[in-house]
Amino acid sequence: MLTIKDLHAKINDKEILKGINLEVKAGEIHAIMGPNGSGKSTLASVLTGRELVEVTHGSVTFNGKDLLEMAPEIRAREGIFLSFQYPIEIPGVSMVNFMKAAVNEHRKYRGLEPLSASDFLKMMRERKELVEIDSALTNRSVNEGFSGGEKKKNEIFQMAMLEPKLAILDETDSGLDIDALRVVANGVNKLKRPDNTVIVITHYQRLLDYIVPDYVHVLYNGRIVKSAGKELALELEEKGYDWIKKGDNA
Amino acid sequence: MSNKTIATPIREELINLYQNNLDLITRGSADILNQHRQEALKHFNLLDIPSQKNENYKYSKIEPLFNYEYEKYFAPKRIAFNVDDIFRCGIPELDTHLALVLNGFYLPKGEKLITLPNGLIFGSLAEAAVRFPNLVKDRYNSLAKNQTDGLVAMNTAFAQDGVFIYVPRNVVESKPIQIINLLMSDTNQMVQYRNLIVVEDGAQTNVLVCDHTLSPNRFLSNVVTEVFVGSNAQLEFVKMQNEHNDSAQLTHTYAHQQADSRLVTNVLSLHGGFIRNNLAVTLAGEGADAQLYGLYLTDRTQHTDNFTFIDHAVPNCTSNELYKGILDDQATGAFNGKIMVRRDAQKTQAYQSNNNLLLTADARMNTKPQLEIYADDVKCSHGATVGQLDMEALFYMRARGIGEREAKLLLMFGFAHDVIKRISIDTLRERIDDMVNKRLRGELSRCHNCPMHCC
Repeated sequence: MLTIKDLHAKINDKEILKGINLEVKAGEIHAIMGPNGSGKSTLASVLTGRELVEVTHGSVTFNGKDLLEMAPEIRAREGIFLSFQYPIEIPGVSMVNFMKAAVNEHRKYRGLEPLSASDFLKMMRERKELVEIDSALTNRSVNEGFSGGEKKKNEIFQMAMLEPKLAILDETDSGLDIDALRVVANGVNKLKRPDNTVIVITHYQRLLDYIVPDYVHVLYNGRIVKSAGKELALELEEKGYDWIKKGDNA
Repeated sequence: MSNKTIATPIREELINLYQNNLDLITRGSADILNQHRQEALKHFNLLDIPSQKNENYKYSKIEPLFNYEYEKYFAPKRIAFNVDDIFRCGIPELDTHLALVLNGFYLPKGEKLITLPNGLIFGSLAEAAVRFPNLVKDRYNSLAKNQTDGLVAMNTAFAQDGVFIYVPRNVVESKPIQIINLLMSDTNQMVQYRNLIVVEDGAQTNVLVCDHTLSPNRFLSNVVTEVFVGSNAQLEFVKMQNEHNDSAQLTHTYAHQQADSRLVTNVLSLHGGFIRNNLAVTLAGEGADAQLYGLYLTDRTQHTDNFTFIDHAVPNCTSNELYKGILDDQATGAFNGKIMVRRDAQKTQAYQSNNNLLLTADARMNTKPQLEIYADDVKCSHGATVGQLDMEALFYMRARGIGEREAKLLLMFGFAHDVIKRISIDTLRERIDDMVNKRLRGELSRCHNCPMHCC
């Protein structure tokens, strides 16, 4: 589904990613862990097309297409979804109008008619229940005045609405209490299907208790320095990142 | 200030025009209006058309607007066709009492003045001055500042007609009164007319004013409106300016509020070549509340300037002001928000904000809050912003699959809706939402529902 080959990227002339290689197949759950500043969020930015990051070398293909050539909205319509580490507040734009625009652009891209107002609202209702988001929140402007936990739930709600093939959860666990963490993780698990894929970017193992990965990768200093099964997350939780930093950069 | 007065050709020309046509002007009007002309002309002679040296007109070049040749009519010009045939208001669900003004003269469909069963009167101002002198006499020209603004003085000298609205004591009229100002001519034209709105104690009404151009000629309108809101009375005043790029509109609105009255104004400048709106509100009775809202959407070389003045003359009044603008291409704009809190106007609460989005590097906005506070127990605040679309918000929306253009439109629409949502009449608010949406999409480059496609 997603193939990253020797990816190098820089922000303001500082090289952050120094040769990432990663192969993700449909149906898999991958966790990317690593200490602060290792390049995790930069990788998420490259995959979603943030202009701030400049790719200097390497390739990313998504379902056989060159991802790096696509505008951010095309990537989204192709099925990539990023759950933002810091979701943006958009005063004046209602959640309903925002989601209606997004859902209908996705449908148009697939050659489908826009949803009728009633079908759309029905869909909103169903997906809201799935992620246990307060109905009142979706009547407000996008993320405006939402608490940290509500913002993260709202990300998963949007994911439920857009049904991505590849969801990238960028530190979705940060700032969440245990209850909210469980709700968010349950939402992600309910949305999991054999043909879609999740990449979880996180510092900590605790989210991975709920969203159980097939593979865990450790990103350090712009490279993936270790890949293993889910047991690696536990090992990291126990030992910290120091042994990785001291070890070889294989 | 220099004592020397150098007559500019424009001023001389206008004064000559007045003197040569005085017979026509007075004959086409009413005594109450005519009584003020000589005095007003004197003021105009002293004040002239405001130049940019005039601090109040610093950001708007008024003089060049007068450099074109304009026809001026002092009697309603006969038109060879029925206005209904070419103009239909695009707010079909909106049930209103309709008053049409064509080129500055009330256009009767039968009666020149209509009296509703509840006593509400609306129609021609000139006619009202003849038939109901007691309602007009003491109010007409009592708010307009002829002594300080040459344009206002010029209007008082020339204006012959306009719209009169009178809502008697304790009458609550839920059906809005809609004034549609139409400009249509086969030559360039200057129009100067006058409106008088009286909402007596305890009365309530909504007034909607729509300005349209129906032919591609150059138009210059100079309009004065005086508004009286009695004790405990409520008035919502919505003005929608939708004219073509060769039009210039100078409006001067003066409102006077008695105790515990409430005034809401909403000035929506959707389209127009040059717009200058002066709006002055005097809070003259305790407990009065004024809410002033404005939205201006400009592109190409359009210019919109809102100059507001709220006078807290007595204690315990509240005012709130929100003006927002989106400027595209090389458009320019200005906002001046003066709030005066007089001595002893204690417990005043006055809030003001002006927010602007510039879509290009060439668009320009001048914004100037101006608070003068002479009381010591007040709450006042003001804020002004001039910025661009939020790039983070744009990326967030694109990351959800919304195309860049659509995302920008959603952001702009959200920005504008903040003002539109203050309109209380549901059908009107929805309709204006729709028009603003079209305007931002560039689909309202001509006047709505007009088959003449003049710009």
